[in-house]
Amino acid sequence: MSILIDKNTRVMTQGMTGKVGQFHTINCKAYANGVNCFVAGVTPNKGGQRFEDIPIYNSVAEAKAQSGATVSVIYVPPAYAAAAIDEAVEADLDLVICITEGIPVHDMLRTRYKMSHQGIPTFSESNNALAKDRIQGKRTLLIGPNCPGLITPDEIKIGIMPGHIHRKGRIGVVSRSGTLTYEAVGQLTALGLGQSSCVGIGGDPINGLKHLDVMKMFNDDPETDAVVMVGEIGGSDEEECARWVKGNMNKPVVGFIAGITAPPGKRMGHAGAIISGGQGGANEKLAVMEDCGIHITRNPAEMGRTMQKVLKG
Amino acid sequence: MKIHEYQGKEILRQFGVPTPRGKACFSVDEAAAAAQQLGGAVWVVKAQIHAGGRGKGGGVKVARSPDEVRSAAQQILGMHLVTHQTGKDGQVVRRLLIEEGAQITKEFYLGMVIDRSTQRVALLASSEGGMEIELVAARNPEKIHTVRIDPVAGLSKEDAARTARVIGMPDTAIDDAEKVLQGLYRAFVEKDAMLAEINPLALTADGRVLALDAKFNFDSNALYRHPEIVAYRDLDEEDPAEIEASKFDLSYISLDGDIGCLVNGAGLAMATMDIIKLYGGNPANFLDVGGGASKEKVTEAFKLMLRNPNLKAILVNIFGGIMKCDVIAEGVVAAAREVHLSVPLVVRLEGTNVELGKKILAESGLPIISGNDMADAAQKVVAAAKGK
Repeated sequence: MSILIDKNTRVMTQGMTGKVGQFHTINCKAYANGVNCFVAGVTPNKGGQRFEDIPIYNSVAEAKAQSGATVSVIYVPPAYAAAAIDEAVEADLDLVICITEGIPVHDMLRTRYKMSHQGIPTFSESNNALAKDRIQGKRTLLIGPNCPGLITPDEIKIGIMPGHIHRKGRIGVVSRSGTLTYEAVGQLTALGLGQSSCVGIGGDPINGLKHLDVMKMFNDDPETDAVVMVGEIGGSDEEECARWVKGNMNKPVVGFIAGITAPPGKRMGHAGAIISGGQGGANEKLAVMEDCGIHITRNPAEMGRTMQKVLKG
Repeated sequence: MKIHEYQGKEILRQFGVPTPRGKACFSVDEAAAAAQQLGGAVWVVKAQIHAGGRGKGGGVKVARSPDEVRSAAQQILGMHLVTHQTGKDGQVVRRLLIEEGAQITKEFYLGMVIDRSTQRVALLASSEGGMEIELVAARNPEKIHTVRIDPVAGLSKEDAARTARVIGMPDTAIDDAEKVLQGLYRAFVEKDAMLAEINPLALTADGRVLALDAKFNFDSNALYRHPEIVAYRDLDEEDPAEIEASKFDLSYISLDGDIGCLVNGAGLAMATMDIIKLYGGNPANFLDVGGGASKEKVTEAFKLMLRNPNLKAILVNIFGGIMKCDVIAEGVVAAAREVHLSVPLVVRLEGTNVELGKKILAESGLPIISGNDMADAAQKVVAAAKGK
């Protein structure tokens, strides 16, 4: 097992024919079982063409029907990316991974609203399936936007991370960052600690899966023994996750938060990385995590070794 | 992106939110002429800088004659206005807002933010106007009324009226307050704001509801569809180094230490600052070169860091994934040559082709210090900055 994706996952790429989409499609296809996993591309008005021998369709719905893909990865430019997520959700895919950085926040608010629920149905609607859908929301899961994607080592890589730094193993990794995730993975691999799955949930303030959602999946995954959780300043997702870990997690968790030295009120690169109104600071997050039994380190070079110590007991 | 109060009020008026009559001025003569033009017996002379806390810092004065307007303008224009948001050097005042005075009977607070946990726009309203909302939140959280807004329905008339009543607007002002609340929400959404504040929102002696202040912060990712907001940008209010950085697609923030950092990725860049501090050093900046650490970008990044007279050493920390380490190493060597780098340079490379990258650095003939991992590199750069 693993979480979310494995060698049997079938993926379509929205925005495959753009420069970024082309580059990463070639790399993902070359990784492990990628040649069998990446089965479709979506670019409006390019249906019928092929890229790297992967067929291109005009819409997500068509790509799903023709190729059987149930997961999508999005490289569409920021102005159109929220609409691309909407299309994938409408087509009822299992999982959408949005790599795109720089999507306007208000676009994501509308997209997340459409995913969560669509208002209260009128009485006459209350028996039909559409109305049920409107109350319960869509079942499609979203990872990102502004994320590196996710990988199950030696099986499938969906996203922009360098595949070769990963090793198959039993540590789960969840992170808001890109290269800092690679740093954590690199340290684990160097110590001989392979990974079950590594999930980059993205650096935007309005996103899909949170630390908490991914943590629950790792807790339920029989092939994951422990989790490295990498967070950063801004918001309170890490605290919410930590409080859940305290009462529910039956596997050890190692945690690091980037941005102890970040000044308040300044946006540190990621749109979501800002300490506002005295909230979202790294020390506050680390204190809550420690209090909840997470093995924290304040040294980003010690994420791997902290995990090694925890596993040795 | 932040704007000035007078620009924020222009936006509010477009959405039907009443403000005092006023005029933006750039000189003492303009200020005096504006007071004449506005008429009345009382004026407010307000420094226009992007930071909050202007009143406490002496940047807002009430004048009761045209002569007083003139002398207030003289005092404020050109001053280094220091507030809790400016840092110790303050911000030079280059613009003023001259407004007609208002007889205030009560002050309220209105704010709008993006609430991350509910993924909604949240309206914050309070009876405690005129003071910092952070203080109210700490001392009297029950006095902040929060409404999370449905993005499809918008802020309903009913919710707006209820909010106005809860914060203590009198019955006679409910209709006007409703228009202010709905106008603020529409402005917030249509202009892609991340934060908006009217503090205070005043109830006047003649029963009017007026926005006495206006603060906006816009989503920089949405500026492509708002040329009218981009036109409000005031470069005098921004850090010159950050403006220069944005021209080269570098994400840069000045800090007060002496060790420059050049990193790929925002999370790793923050972690690099943190580890420098952990080993006893002080980061001079946050700098994310993004996905493509080309020779040109690294050169511009070095030039930016070298503008800082306090700079004692530079740490380059690159986790090459898509970018290959040998390509990055060539870029770093060429950039160091081009800018005739005068401070110690520590480079830590990891990822694809790392051995080849290290070889290029070692054979460059430049005094580049190689870091084996993040901890080793941080310790070496801290030692170098201390002259060891």
